[in-house]
Amino acid sequence: MGEEVKLFAVWGSPFSRRVEMALKLKGVEYEYIEVDLQNKSDLLLKYNPVHKKIPVLVHNGKPIAESVVILEYIDETWKGFPLLPKDPYQRAMARFWAKFIEEKCMPALFKCAGTEDREKAVEEACELLKLLENELEDKKFFGGENIGFVDIVADFIGGYWLRDIQEIVGVKILTRENLPKLCEWSDEFVNHVVIKENLPPRDKLIAYFRTRFGPKP
Amino acid sequence: MAEVKLFRTWSSPFALRIVWALKLKDVPYDTIFEDLANKSSLLLQFNPVHKKVPVLVHNGKSVAESFVILEYIEETWKHNPLLPEDPYDRATARFWAKFGEEKVLLSIWEAFNSEGKEQEECIVKAKENLKYLEEELKGKKFFGGERIGFADIALGWLADYEGVFEEVASMKLIAEDEFPLLSEWKRTFADAPIIKENWPPRDKLVIKFQAIREASLLKKLGN
Repeated sequence: MGEEVKLFAVWGSPFSRRVEMALKLKGVEYEYIEVDLQNKSDLLLKYNPVHKKIPVLVHNGKPIAESVVILEYIDETWKGFPLLPKDPYQRAMARFWAKFIEEKCMPALFKCAGTEDREKAVEEACELLKLLENELEDKKFFGGENIGFVDIVADFIGGYWLRDIQEIVGVKILTRENLPKLCEWSDEFVNHVVIKENLPPRDKLIAYFRTRFGPKP
Repeated sequence: MAEVKLFRTWSSPFALRIVWALKLKDVPYDTIFEDLANKSSLLLQFNPVHKKVPVLVHNGKSVAESFVILEYIEETWKHNPLLPEDPYDRATARFWAKFGEEKVLLSIWEAFNSEGKEQEECIVKAKENLKYLEEELKGKKFFGGERIGFADIALGWLADYEGVFEEVASMKLIAEDEFPLLSEWKRTFADAPIIKENWPPRDKLVIKFQAIREASLLKKLGN
């Protein structure tokens, strides 16, 4: 009996990339389905009627939505290459920082790409990333010696998304001056053997960001 | 000797989730009531990032954020499980807990803090979200099935606080005819053992939330 794993995703989305990273790290085969967000398929709406968003993982016909919920599901279903540590306290710390990234860092970073009060937005984002950097301490990854749950949830920060957006928008957030340890971590992240094969094509991403965030003619 | 402390306030619905979880699992603990206008140095030491309640401290190590604490409690004290065994069912519970927090609570809170036409529009949004919960309850006594589970605890504020919001903001959200299953769940949950003994005093809640609403509306006028 075969395992059937499908992923509804968008090539440039850090949210669906999280799920892909987890599946690839665990060596899980899956069918990738690119979604056109301007023209959502009936299938996507059937599998995620509540949010109508990606990513959605469909495992043996049963759908799961919300990237962090999907990550926990993946970790509990495929036991190779555990994403969360074993110890309940360490797991709580990982979940805490994943939540912090999702609920505090991500919205703050998106604000920096907006046009309102940009200076204040950048200041806030830097403060939040400083807290995240402190959590890293002297570890190679948030997961320790190898990539874990928090590293994956932080993909927007560690991957090329933040670096490229900040350059195009013209703000300085993740710099070696401000956040040396986080920069070092992000270098490790993009060079990780599995991650580097699973980031969106950089030129395509930059072109997209230029259109979306670049100075208007 | 295991030592469990819970930092909470008398009124926080988020901290109440932890009270329920600890009591449902029969975990003995000490309570430390905080005055959020005058936070103790202990609270700031144990939750330096958010400086909020609830915080659970177990053998000197602190965990913050109610959903994170619930998962910690679940993994540490394994009897009377709050999450099912099957990974898909666990994902479903986590999904609805998240939905409750990010959509239901937010939309109801927006309706609570508005009036007139703005409130009417917020109510429409809130009801759209509540419809999904109504749908999810089909054929079930609790969101967790036959027994109270993770999603019930996450959504539990709907069974008491929500009524207070409706009263204070003069709005009707969960009407019996529109939301029969949710209305029934509210009663069943509110009256369940452990849950029913731990609701904060309603009259005090009304006064507190009246003040909060007045302050919000005033602030909006000033803008």
